[in-house]
Amino acid sequence: MTNDQIKQAVVQIISVIAPDEDLSHLKSDVALRDQLELDSMDFLDIVMELRKRYKVEVPESDYPQLASLDSCVTYLAPKLKDK
Amino acid sequence: MPPTHYDVIIIGAGMSGLAAAIRLAYFNKKVLVLERHYAAGGLNSFYALGGHQFDVGLHAVTNYVPPGTRGAPLTKIYRQLRLTPEDFGLVPQHQSEVRFPETTLRFTNDFEFFVQEVIENFPAQKDNFMRLVRHIREYNELDLDAKPLSGRQVVSSFLTDPLLIDMLFCPLMIYGNAEEHDMEFGQFVVMFKSVFCEGLARPREGVRRIITVLRRKVREVGGTVRMKCGVKALRVESGRVKSVELDNGETLTADVILSSAGYVETMRLCSDCAPEKFSRLAGRMSFVEIISVLDKPMKALGHDTTIIFYNTGKEFHYEAPADLVDPRSGVICCSGNFLYDKPLSQNMIRFTCLANFDRWAALSEPDYIHAKAEWLPRIHQEVLKFVPDFRDHIVFTDCFTPRTIKHWTGHANGAVYGTPRKLKTGRTHLDNLFICGNDQGFLGIIGAMLSGISMANLHVLKK
Repeated sequence: MTNDQIKQAVVQIISVIAPDEDLSHLKSDVALRDQLELDSMDFLDIVMELRKRYKVEVPESDYPQLASLDSCVTYLAPKLKDK
Repeated sequence: MPPTHYDVIIIGAGMSGLAAAIRLAYFNKKVLVLERHYAAGGLNSFYALGGHQFDVGLHAVTNYVPPGTRGAPLTKIYRQLRLTPEDFGLVPQHQSEVRFPETTLRFTNDFEFFVQEVIENFPAQKDNFMRLVRHIREYNELDLDAKPLSGRQVVSSFLTDPLLIDMLFCPLMIYGNAEEHDMEFGQFVVMFKSVFCEGLARPREGVRRIITVLRRKVREVGGTVRMKCGVKALRVESGRVKSVELDNGETLTADVILSSAGYVETMRLCSDCAPEKFSRLAGRMSFVEIISVLDKPMKALGHDTTIIFYNTGKEFHYEAPADLVDPRSGVICCSGNFLYDKPLSQNMIRFTCLANFDRWAALSEPDYIHAKAEWLPRIHQEVLKFVPDFRDHIVFTDCFTPRTIKHWTGHANGAVYGTPRKLKTGRTHLDNLFICGNDQGFLGIIGAMLSGISMANLHVLKK
């Protein structure tokens, strides 16, 4: 996947987890938590959806790496490069 | 042939079990829900009798917030179960009351209204009450490791008027307290937020709507529910549940067992447990409920209050009564008095009072029927202090007792709210057996679902 595709994939996952949030103005470099109402249950779901959809494992110690869309891309790019 | 193996077996197709099943099956776990009865819902089920549709446990769904409200438990549930507010179709209440001799506190789904009611009725308690509210708002009732505190003690450290204290405890205890006399402070906070800060609502179709949605979702995401399929025993070997033995003699295995059967009831299933060891942990709080179908809406008789929590005595007593029933306090609920866009086709009024399980359980069948008939007018007499006389409009009446509750839920003592000793983390003495639902400690329909979700997340998905 390209970086753009990864970003889109994460946004798509968030839209499933939090359909009540407006995602059209998300800034890539700002923490998701500062732009959206996402709690720890929702973050667990981002991780679970990544596993379900792309077979990517994110250990709990790496959750902070998913803070913003940009950091998601940086963290996920090597894991998703062949998908 | 080896026994069929599952990732997770869930005991009980109530709100918590079904919610847990949705989470787990959605994330590709092989899940089986086992339900002893032919109806799902557990404590919140439904039935038909005499051509009428009845709900068992549901007066109102607590924790109601308007769609889109951020951070509320109800919003979390929609998200976690991939459901929408339209799925539950919750219709907010009109107005409810806590009524004690000479004092009434009204409340709506607007918390500020309730605050004003308290201030007007208890002006001297204004500052104390506001400090208590702040403390409640800041209290993290979801902290699974919090140590239990006496609710009466904490609330009395803020409020000095015993009447106001009783009037706050009355509805919150009746709607969700497993303990006699006192209520753990965390539970008090859960209930205070869910009833007063958030609010009450009901689907037009009653609880069947919610159960139907949950079952449909379980199916959609690939989970299996087996009805009329009770668990006889959990075979334990070296600190784990090795296999699950069913009433029909079948044996199944699973990596993890989530039980919503209640803590005491689950321990009694474990082959390594002496059942009598757990009896003292069983709760004692049970209820009788009288449900009458009327030929007219209560609104037409001049009564538009949704729910009344009443107490006619000087003090409020929350304890298993000495007699079969304690009619001095209870709940009056009119399922027609929610803000529907058009009136319900069936008019109903229901009364709920504390009852003594042992007394009801000891009756012979004829005495049991006689006792029901005898208590009906006595309860009517009490509630007529609060509602217009509806008795000429009764078309059909059904009544359930602690005995009925025991039969349908399997709860020891017919204890509606389970054991007073909640297991917040859901952990048991066995590595792969966890408790969800009532005895994990989240309350009400929304609480039950949240419990199933949290335990599935914590003990299965996060692993």
